[in-house]
Amino acid sequence: MPRTSFMELLFGERGTTIFLAVLAALTVIVPVLHLAVPADSPLHVSTYTMTLLGKYLTYALLAVAVDLVWGYCGILSLGHAAFFALGGYAMGMYLMRQIGTRGVYGNPVLTDFMVFLNYEKLPWFWHGFDMFWFAGAMVVIAPGLLALVFGWLAFRSRVTGVYLSIITQALTYALQQAFLQNNMGFGGNNGLTDFKDILGMPINAPGTRVGLFVASGVALLLGYLACRYITLSRAGRVVNAVRDAESRTRFIGYRVESYKLWMFVFSAVLAGIAGALYVPQVGIINPSEFSPINSIEVVIWVAVGGRATLYGAVAGAVLVNYAKTFFTTALPEIWQYALGGLFILVTLFLPRGIAGLLEFKRKRALVPPQGAPA
Amino acid sequence: MRLLAWLLLAGLLSAPARSADDAALDTVLTELARAEDFAAKSGAATRLAGVQHPRASAALSALVEGQLHFRESDTRMFIVTEDPPAVTDLLTNQAATGVAADSLTKITTNNALRKTLRGLIASFALADPDPELRVQAVTELLRSPDEQNVALLRARLEIEKDAAVRSTIEAGLALADLDSEDADQRLAAIVALEDSLNLELRNRLEAMITPDEGGAYPEPDQRVRDAARALVQSIDSSRSFYSTLETFFFGLSTGSILVLVAIGLAITFGVMGVINMAHGELMMLGAYCTYAVQLMLPNFIGASVLIAIPLAFAVSGIVGILIQRFVVRYLSGRPLDTLLATFGVSLILQQAVRSYQANNVPVQTPEWMSGPIVINEALSLTYNRLYVFLFALLMFVLLLFVLKKTSLGLKVRAVSQNRGMAKAMGIRTEWVDAMTFGLGSGIAGVAGVALSQLTNVGPNLGQAYIIDSFMVVVFGGVGNLWGTLIGGVSLGVVNKLLEPWAGAVTAKILVLVAVILFIQRRPRGLFPQKGRAAEG
Repeated sequence: MPRTSFMELLFGERGTTIFLAVLAALTVIVPVLHLAVPADSPLHVSTYTMTLLGKYLTYALLAVAVDLVWGYCGILSLGHAAFFALGGYAMGMYLMRQIGTRGVYGNPVLTDFMVFLNYEKLPWFWHGFDMFWFAGAMVVIAPGLLALVFGWLAFRSRVTGVYLSIITQALTYALQQAFLQNNMGFGGNNGLTDFKDILGMPINAPGTRVGLFVASGVALLLGYLACRYITLSRAGRVVNAVRDAESRTRFIGYRVESYKLWMFVFSAVLAGIAGALYVPQVGIINPSEFSPINSIEVVIWVAVGGRATLYGAVAGAVLVNYAKTFFTTALPEIWQYALGGLFILVTLFLPRGIAGLLEFKRKRALVPPQGAPA
Repeated sequence: MRLLAWLLLAGLLSAPARSADDAALDTVLTELARAEDFAAKSGAATRLAGVQHPRASAALSALVEGQLHFRESDTRMFIVTEDPPAVTDLLTNQAATGVAADSLTKITTNNALRKTLRGLIASFALADPDPELRVQAVTELLRSPDEQNVALLRARLEIEKDAAVRSTIEAGLALADLDSEDADQRLAAIVALEDSLNLELRNRLEAMITPDEGGAYPEPDQRVRDAARALVQSIDSSRSFYSTLETFFFGLSTGSILVLVAIGLAITFGVMGVINMAHGELMMLGAYCTYAVQLMLPNFIGASVLIAIPLAFAVSGIVGILIQRFVVRYLSGRPLDTLLATFGVSLILQQAVRSYQANNVPVQTPEWMSGPIVINEALSLTYNRLYVFLFALLMFVLLLFVLKKTSLGLKVRAVSQNRGMAKAMGIRTEWVDAMTFGLGSGIAGVAGVALSQLTNVGPNLGQAYIIDSFMVVVFGGVGNLWGTLIGGVSLGVVNKLLEPWAGAVTAKILVLVAVILFIQRRPRGLFPQKGRAAEG
């Protein structure tokens, strides 16, 4: 197989090309409309809308991460929210340390909840988080390391299918329980909030908001391209083979565990980065981000959009979350029903999601009806 | 004639309010109000204590506090309290409006009378039919173990039959003897207390043998000290033994709940290979069935649980069959999709219950299931946990019987082992699938009835147990009921044994981590399926 060319990466698949164009346009236009257009103009994008869009972009990155392991590798992870939340907590810890003496208790080193809970000194794992590079490294290292250890244990002993799903769910559940405890040193039930600054800039200033939005867009762009590169590469083909016939791939001589493990770790790192970009935009991180339902919701985004198509995952994430934003304010009662119904309908009638639906229509348009392929 | 009719009617109307006890109480109270001296009052009070009336003890307590007053005109009694100022009718125990406190006459007492009264009140409480109240009375008397109280307790010990009350009295009397001047009597008291597990006693003895700053022991006699030391040790070791036993029982109870929750899952997940994320919600439906039965039959709380069991089995079973027919059936061979679709079902069921009933509902525990079985001072087990434990075992045996000895069970096993072959042999696999799913779901409903007796019943009931029960099935080995039993019980026991030193949450996390590590060694659980069926 030839090396993946840059052109193929960008223009090899129509959905991808469209997505990349839309994302690039969005990343440029939204900040311009927010900053340059006066607030009373109908074209103005409010801070709320931009933050919302930024949140969707981080969700989309998370969905891409899940799609990489589920759609391409057949690992249904019900614990990706854990990696997302770990990245978010790493960023949150940095933001907490930035508050400094502006907290309610004005302690220069200890955060408010630590003073409140009578901590004598900073817990050891909080050291270094006053530096952005360190926190940034932890955003990658913490989820990556957890995925590495967990994946190594799980894949080595060939835990597959629903077993793996259940165990990943148990993992995120266990982490949620742990982070809920006050003596864990992560703020317990309330989590981390009341952020003031990021990189010395006030977090609520329009410029900072724009910066975060652009950063989310760029992260999604790079993450997407990286995933696309992987799926097009030789390793991507092996991973597809693992998904479709794991034992056969193993018998041919590939080290199935290694492929799965590195895909899993990479996906976890992407999820962590998404979480780290999510937290400064929503302004809070707490243990509810670990809850199993969050992980499973990500899976439904991917399923709605179409698994094994990266642009489908993005589309699913944005669509479902837009629906969620709409319903939870307009008809909160209905949302749970709609979400539940979505799970059932998509798995029963749309196993390849919206992307599959579009592709099917296109193919039918191309192929004459009487000559349908077997 | 008309007058007579009115009189009769008035008599009829007032008759229920004035029983024979009321009359007796009235007589004694009048006697008390008209008593000339303290001796007469003392006599009246003694007779008052003998009257079988719910307000008699209130009258005595008020009298000893100096709160009992009467109205000169009709000798009706009132309780007058100063802080807050209030006048209460003694007989009705309701605020007497329109009665001024200064229009009443106080019944005065003196020291001797008060002493008599205190004894009477205590003996009153000692004779209460409720053993728990008797224990309270004994504890109250033992706070001031003077001669009179000790005599009262000794008298009660002669006739007391309840073990808990007896042991409280005995321990109390011996404790009183520990204060004796006579070393031999102290020693005798310690010897008499040999089998005690009383914590208060242990602390007393500990104080006796702990030297003060000067190195002098509060207890001068060496023999008494030795005996006390030995007893402290024996109490400590027995208590720790019993507390371990209690923890073990709690573990068994938690384990039995897990088993009950997981055996339904073991059927759908283990036998059919279908992962049903709505299993927890089927349990929740079962728990709500108990609530519904109690709402509809408020007079049969005792039987409600027994009625709810078949009802919950039917309701959850039917819902399960519907899930199988309309969702799961179309997803055969796609376990991950089944997981997602059933998760959708669970969201819908949760929301359906939440729209109907937002908060937790109060489910009553029937009398025969509530309360503890007190084995001794250090160990008591609760009836509801015991019954749930036995019930879990019963369900397990029943299910084992169904799977091993009935025609349905044979078909279920055949289909789970080799679907194609079973079909070729004429088994209606579709029907068997539906029945199996219904059976597993029905058991979830029954588990919900049991859970309704132990935890809060609300829309999230199922969520709390679903992950644990999946762990049990994975740990025990899929498709093996014995594995589920042993897996559930051992996870429950390990969890509870870890709890005292690790805390509840950490214990739970440790167990989860342990299960994940265990799967490293044995990826297919404790009792893996063997043969071709195992290769999925």
